[in-house]
Amino acid sequence: MPVPNEIIQEFLVETHDSLGRLDVELVALEKGEAKSETLGSVFRAMHSLKGSAGFLGFQRLESLTHVAESLLSRLRDGKLTVTVEIVSALLATVDAVREMLRSIELNGQDGEQAYSDLIARLRALTANEPEPASSVEKLSSFHDQTIDLVIPEPARLSLPQPPIQQSAESQPVRNARRKRKPKPASDLVIPPLDSVSDFVVPPSGSEIVVPQSGTSKVADSTIRLGVERVDKMMNLVTELVLSRNQIMQHAVVLTNSSLAAAARNLNLITSELQESVMRMRMQPISNVWGTLPRVVRDLSLECGKRVRLVMEGADTELDKSVLEAIKDPLMHLVRNAIDHGLEMPDVRQSRGKPPEGCLRLRAYHESGHIHIEISDDGAGVDRVRVKAKARERGLLTPEQAENLSDDSILSLIFLPGFSTRDAVNSLSGRGVGMDVVKSNVERIGGQVDVQSAVGAGTTFKLRIPLTLAIIHALMVTCAGERYAVPQTSMIELIRLDGNRVKTGIERIHGVRVHRYRGKLLPLVSLTQVLGGDDENDGESVNLIVLQADQQQFGLIVDRVNDTQEIVVKPLNKLLRGISCLAGATILGDGQVALILDVTGLAERALGEVRKHTAGMTDVDMEPTAVSQDMQQVVLVSGPRGERLAVPLSAVARLEEFPATKIEWTGTRPVIQYRDQILPLVDVLGLLERLTSVGWDSVPTGTRVGTESQSTSDSLPIQVVVCTDGASYVGLVVGRILDIVTDPLLVRSSSAREHVLFTAVVQRQVTEVLNVSSLISASEAEMLVAGAKA
Amino acid sequence: MTATVVQFCTFTLDGLWFGVAVDRVQEIVRHLRLTRIPLAPPVIRGLMNLRGQIVTAVDLRRRLDFPDRKSGDLPMNVVIRTEDGLVSLLVDQIGDVVVVETETRDDPPPTLKGAARELIRGAYQLPNRLLLDLDLDRALVLER
Repeated sequence: MPVPNEIIQEFLVETHDSLGRLDVELVALEKGEAKSETLGSVFRAMHSLKGSAGFLGFQRLESLTHVAESLLSRLRDGKLTVTVEIVSALLATVDAVREMLRSIELNGQDGEQAYSDLIARLRALTANEPEPASSVEKLSSFHDQTIDLVIPEPARLSLPQPPIQQSAESQPVRNARRKRKPKPASDLVIPPLDSVSDFVVPPSGSEIVVPQSGTSKVADSTIRLGVERVDKMMNLVTELVLSRNQIMQHAVVLTNSSLAAAARNLNLITSELQESVMRMRMQPISNVWGTLPRVVRDLSLECGKRVRLVMEGADTELDKSVLEAIKDPLMHLVRNAIDHGLEMPDVRQSRGKPPEGCLRLRAYHESGHIHIEISDDGAGVDRVRVKAKARERGLLTPEQAENLSDDSILSLIFLPGFSTRDAVNSLSGRGVGMDVVKSNVERIGGQVDVQSAVGAGTTFKLRIPLTLAIIHALMVTCAGERYAVPQTSMIELIRLDGNRVKTGIERIHGVRVHRYRGKLLPLVSLTQVLGGDDENDGESVNLIVLQADQQQFGLIVDRVNDTQEIVVKPLNKLLRGISCLAGATILGDGQVALILDVTGLAERALGEVRKHTAGMTDVDMEPTAVSQDMQQVVLVSGPRGERLAVPLSAVARLEEFPATKIEWTGTRPVIQYRDQILPLVDVLGLLERLTSVGWDSVPTGTRVGTESQSTSDSLPIQVVVCTDGASYVGLVVGRILDIVTDPLLVRSSSAREHVLFTAVVQRQVTEVLNVSSLISASEAEMLVAGAKA
Repeated sequence: MTATVVQFCTFTLDGLWFGVAVDRVQEIVRHLRLTRIPLAPPVIRGLMNLRGQIVTAVDLRRRLDFPDRKSGDLPMNVVIRTEDGLVSLLVDQIGDVVVVETETRDDPPPTLKGAARELIRGAYQLPNRLLLDLDLDRALVLER
């Protein structure tokens, strides 16, 4: 009777897993980094594979694995030591088994190949004279650095039980299943595949191996589930949530307290269930990285290069679909680094580098994205060759080639049809690699970046947004709608009540700011940015201090709700152009809420302010930019207490004139000063008041010194005479306060004319003047006035 | 000679009868609450939760430059699978699934104007009514 399909399916799945582990373990053995039980584990895997092959009737598979098992048996007994040849032969066996599995999958037979060459090779290695060395660790030799290889060894077994079958061959397998001890439901831990061999009836005289205790890494055990099952579970849970909501609505009015309590309980459990299920799709990136040690080993052997693989952040979690999407790009980048990037050992040595090249993979979460870096310490990208190839392929005209910046040259490698490899080989260089990497990554909303230094190495960086990933978010309400603010961007929450609403928020000429830890924080109203009307009633203000790339700002929202873990879902490409939105999520009550993109918000809201100040070219307008220079400034004040600062370097003299000396050319006030005509600039609107209101009503703040009323004729005005070296201008101020030295640390942009920026000097908001623009504006006006006069 | 037939999922908009190929339609759903999307083009009315999937709602009236439906009238959802996720077309009413022979296909009526002209790629003269073949892929592309 033919073996039922389900049993073969299970066999295939379990064997594939087992082979994956074998890859990792064999490479580790070769490098001398394996633990002592690894060899035993490899042996048992091969042994049980042989057993299964036997009673499933796959004779060719059985023959091959039998020979491999004998080799491993000698190794395990210490009669042979692990060598590169042995490992290569065993890895070749693993590959051969994979081929046979493919054949089984297709037509139920283990293929036509007898693999006699491989079998002979294995036999030859088995028959070798025993080496004097006895322990595997001796192989360490030149591989004496540590590797951060964090690969859990999961024991994966499929959950569904095969239907009851009567065939004699399947009996032992079934019995094996039953004999496994059930574990508590909360853990669902299943002992590793290895122990199946306990219960398998060996086809011919070989011994039954008792598994050593401690081989099953309980903490890393996993269960294999089809993705469709998880998705179905997620959908059901979402429906459950909706039903729960309906019940809760009714429960609010319940008088029956035990029913109300039960409803509350249901509420809690449903929320937890939902969260747990949402996490199920997340997998650590080590699932993809797990294949790399073998790949790197094979590639480096093929190229004749020596490669050390370092992997950091293997437990960084991604949604399964993102993992699938980056698998191929990662593989290509790894191949690329080994094939193109790293030099041959002798070349490296001649350059003073260690002969072993280093390939480093790094994964981490940051600012709402997953970052994956693949770096090598190889030769770097030869930009001259890249340019030449691009021109050769017609991707660049000679003129374009002239003007390209370094970075632009690097990005040429992502163009379709580009490859600097002359000979096409099995690894890469077919010219279809890098552009496919780029498009695959971009398809999931990510970006690829490359940095390279000739002689030092190359780093590829993938930056993938947290689509379908879970983030912590703060839920806020604005104009009746709920939004999620990613917590990675959040610095602090501030609430201003009552009086502090007035004092906490200052308006510096159009821009609302809040003084925050010695800085000026520009404020942005979420309602306004999103196109609504800000109806802030002013009773209290909720402020979220956010970090957007280079800049901090405060987001004003109507209400701050709670923090939640939410699943980020990408927006349809119809909506991707909206820079303020990063995605959407479904909240616990089934409603859709939008997730804000903090950087996009900043650009949209504060970009406006920047536009005003665009004319001022000589100053860095970044609000949080820190200036370390101490500057000497003349501090002056205006009639309403506003403060100005004039850089001392631009000040020629501090003068006081009686108001009668002011003469008018057209509408421009001037004063005769040291044989020159000094145009006056009325930044604070003082002279306007004087001329319009009359001398008598000059406010007290404009007088220096005594409080006494001077006669209008001799009313003095304070003038700061400024110069840019060639021209002079007189700045009319209220009071000259002091000359201070200040780092002018704190900056905020200003929309006002002739103001460079706003700083906090002596704990007061002070505008720092742009003397040169003052002077040019004044000159221009003088010309006009002169023409009119 | 065998006649080829096409199955259409049909719906009405502003009195006109439209159809889209039935294999593009995932399902028909009654009106679901929409979360408004600020700063989005007016054609996109919002997002809805369909059994855990986020669906983008496209107001087909607006897309065809028809007047808005009367407030109080709730649209029906024709949920379409795209390679970028699910999109729902907001329509007035749902019609039957109709089988037509491709032979009976004609050019779209010349009386159509503007967006409607671009998005209708053919018309089928059925016994009582004219069925307009909506170009789904073009309908789901918005001009910037």
